[in-house]
Amino acid sequence: MSSVGNPTVNPEVGAKPNYLQNGHTVASWLLTKDHKRIAILYLISVSVFFLLGGLAASMIRMELVTPTGLMMTSDFYNRIFTAHGVIMIFFFLIPAIPAVLGNFLIPLMIGARDLAFPRLNLLSWYFYIGGGLLGLSAILTGGVDTGWTFYTPYSSMYSNSQVMLTILGAFVAGFSSIFTGINFIVTIHKMRAPGMTWFRLPLYVWSHYATSIIIVLGTPVVAITLLLVGVERVFHIGIFSPELGGDPVLFQHLFWFYSHPAVYIMILPAMGVISELFACFSRKRVFGYHFVVFSSMAIAGLGFLVWGHHMFVSTQSMYQGLIFSFLSYLVAIPSAIKVFNWTATMFRGSIRFQTPFIYALGFIGLFVVGGLTGLYLASMSTNVHLTDTYFVVAHFHYVMVGGTIMGFLGGLHFWWPKMTGRMFSDYWGKLAAMITFVGFNLTFLPQFILGYLGMPRRYHLYKFAPEFQIWHILSSAGAAALALGFLIPAVYLTLSLFNGKKASANPWGAKGLEWTIQSPPLTENFEEPPIVTEPAYNYDPEEAELEEDEEAESEEPVGARA
Amino acid sequence: MKIPFVPERASNFAPEMDALFYTLTALTVIFTVLVGALVLFFAIRYRKGSKAKRSGAVDSHLGLELTWTIIPLILGLFIFWWSAKLFIKTRQPPKDAMEIFVIGKQWMWHVQHANGVRENNEMHVPVGVPVRLTMISQDVIHSFFVPQFRIKQDVLPGRYSQQWFITTKPGKYNLFCAEYCGTEHSAMGGYVYALPKKEFDQWLASGGSKKQPPVSMIEAGQRLFEQNACGNCHGALDTPKGPSLVGLFGKRRTMRDGTEVDVDDSYLRESILNPYAKIVKGYLDTMPEYKKQLSEEQVLFLNAYIKSLGATQAPSPRTVMANTGNNK
Repeated sequence: MSSVGNPTVNPEVGAKPNYLQNGHTVASWLLTKDHKRIAILYLISVSVFFLLGGLAASMIRMELVTPTGLMMTSDFYNRIFTAHGVIMIFFFLIPAIPAVLGNFLIPLMIGARDLAFPRLNLLSWYFYIGGGLLGLSAILTGGVDTGWTFYTPYSSMYSNSQVMLTILGAFVAGFSSIFTGINFIVTIHKMRAPGMTWFRLPLYVWSHYATSIIIVLGTPVVAITLLLVGVERVFHIGIFSPELGGDPVLFQHLFWFYSHPAVYIMILPAMGVISELFACFSRKRVFGYHFVVFSSMAIAGLGFLVWGHHMFVSTQSMYQGLIFSFLSYLVAIPSAIKVFNWTATMFRGSIRFQTPFIYALGFIGLFVVGGLTGLYLASMSTNVHLTDTYFVVAHFHYVMVGGTIMGFLGGLHFWWPKMTGRMFSDYWGKLAAMITFVGFNLTFLPQFILGYLGMPRRYHLYKFAPEFQIWHILSSAGAAALALGFLIPAVYLTLSLFNGKKASANPWGAKGLEWTIQSPPLTENFEEPPIVTEPAYNYDPEEAELEEDEEAESEEPVGARA
Repeated sequence: MKIPFVPERASNFAPEMDALFYTLTALTVIFTVLVGALVLFFAIRYRKGSKAKRSGAVDSHLGLELTWTIIPLILGLFIFWWSAKLFIKTRQPPKDAMEIFVIGKQWMWHVQHANGVRENNEMHVPVGVPVRLTMISQDVIHSFFVPQFRIKQDVLPGRYSQQWFITTKPGKYNLFCAEYCGTEHSAMGGYVYALPKKEFDQWLASGGSKKQPPVSMIEAGQRLFEQNACGNCHGALDTPKGPSLVGLFGKRRTMRDGTEVDVDDSYLRESILNPYAKIVKGYLDTMPEYKKQLSEEQVLFLNAYIKSLGATQAPSPRTVMANTGNNK
């Protein structure tokens, strides 16, 4: 692990080692309390889970090429799609942006030495790894076949698979989220540098503040719910199973009470990244800063009141459904406000087409489609036809992959020089972003049509409707391109650690405290505690026209040599 | 090879549902193109080095913010209103709807017609006649989904759920289970056959596809009633041993704890399987539980028989729906 960043002493800074050079032993990483090193630990671990989840996804797409399956039994297929969902949601999407980029950036952005509770931060990583290992051991000892939603009474009474281990894994990982959430809330409240007022905070920090509130309020509910499934499964105490006197729909209420807000846990941090990228690469202040802030907070609040839109056909009462549908339209508005504000940010800007911004543009395209197709599902009567079909699958992949992963990759590229001290190949970066965008659409656009045609989700075989095959083939072809789009960055980013150009303190010409310190930062972040005197994103597009861009003249692509 | 884009429209709900679907699609395309075009236009016009004007841009503009808050809000509320109206319609079956019973179990659909004709993984329905499905699961949650009818309803263990529709053209349509239910989830399906009314009546009268002389549900229920000696306590008149079941269906009863309950299918089912859940005022806990002894199918038979014992007045479908849980 000590090879990360290939540390060499930066002559400009003199003798002081940066955070990567500050200790090379395994213990110096595994027992670190430095938020930046913990971020690197998270980066490596979420990447491993992303790879595993992606592997499961490619197996799913391969299997669906024919109506009668290719190589799996239905039992195996059910375990694979469950593994894909559980890994991607609990062990990748939820922690990805907050735990990697958030951990690294929040103290830097607000001018702090570290998070408020560094030990708790490290502990959260151990809980994450513990939960992850429990989840993995469930998969290795036979897998689980309930779907990531664990619907009762299937999960509590009928499934013959590793339900308990998986539930325990998600339960333990939940603590990791809660710890991180608490840490962020306290840090943002108490550790802002002098002059860093609430409305000078970067929007990235605001989005994490909103996310943390959801995490702290929501995660305990799902944790308890999953435990109750365990209680019913092991001790046969009737909670959800009608055979034991329980109510199966109660589980759905409790589950979605968390799992709908969890969607916002996944997307809000990505929105924070996108705000930073639009400002930097347009060299403009984010348009309507206050509206974007309040949109984040509105999403956090309203997000808790719409869970019933997952349950329109569940026998939930009609009047309940009406209220949930109505509120779901309201929660769509803040997201729309954000998109319009980002677009307006570009007006009269000085725009640079560098890798992170290409991801940001991709985010806009995909998130807009993802958001708008959500309206079909918030609408009760179209929901009846579309729910539990591939339409839903396509919709949430547009939001989760098109939104969260594009945001994560955009952010990772943007702050990569800060985190590692190395530049990557802008050429390969842009290429990968575009392949991802095209591959993504090819994968998931056909699934909207499949869903409208009536293809139910979680189907191993579609032998009753073989006419669906053409769309499945297109989708699988797209998945191959998408996989390539994800693999290319893995290659050139890794290579950049060894032969990437050394990054300056501020290679993108960005504003924000994190760019005022060297790359990679010192362990103590700031040599002098910073004092903030200006609003966030104090860009001047006219001046920016005169700037020399460091990366404009990209050298020979590093990855090309590999 | 024909590439499918649109599922057939074969029910009374399909045309309006599709109109809503295409309106939403139009909105999606318009907004995606609008945002995409603006982003591309700005990206090209304001790329670094272009001669475009850059001075004087504002950071914030209340008018603009209100515009792009209020317009989507109005559009959203319009869609909500339209969609809700249609949804309410899908929850209110006409009084004269023909009733078909559906039992979901791992991994098949069992269909039961009132005259006793039974089908597995197939369902025959008449064209142009309102059909009401009363459904229950014997194990986990399933979901009854016919894409060409644009209907879907979860089928739960332990409680009845309902769905209604009118088929508008003869044909063979997909029947899927849409709620993940275990190993053979994707094999839990079959077809719905919509027959012209005359043909359907003939089909039904001649004992369905298997041509077996059917025993009607009421008759089957009566046999069960006798086999289990229910009549020992439930006679023609109320006795201290048990209330009479004659004319019971559709009435409102007062329970021991003072709550009032409408007697519908769900209540009858519960009182047979788990009688102590609700006890009518003035009676003791003397009835045996039939929880482990009767299948969901047998309960449907018993219900049919009890309902045939002179329902004083047919309960309005709204009341029945309300008490099955999905129309409150």
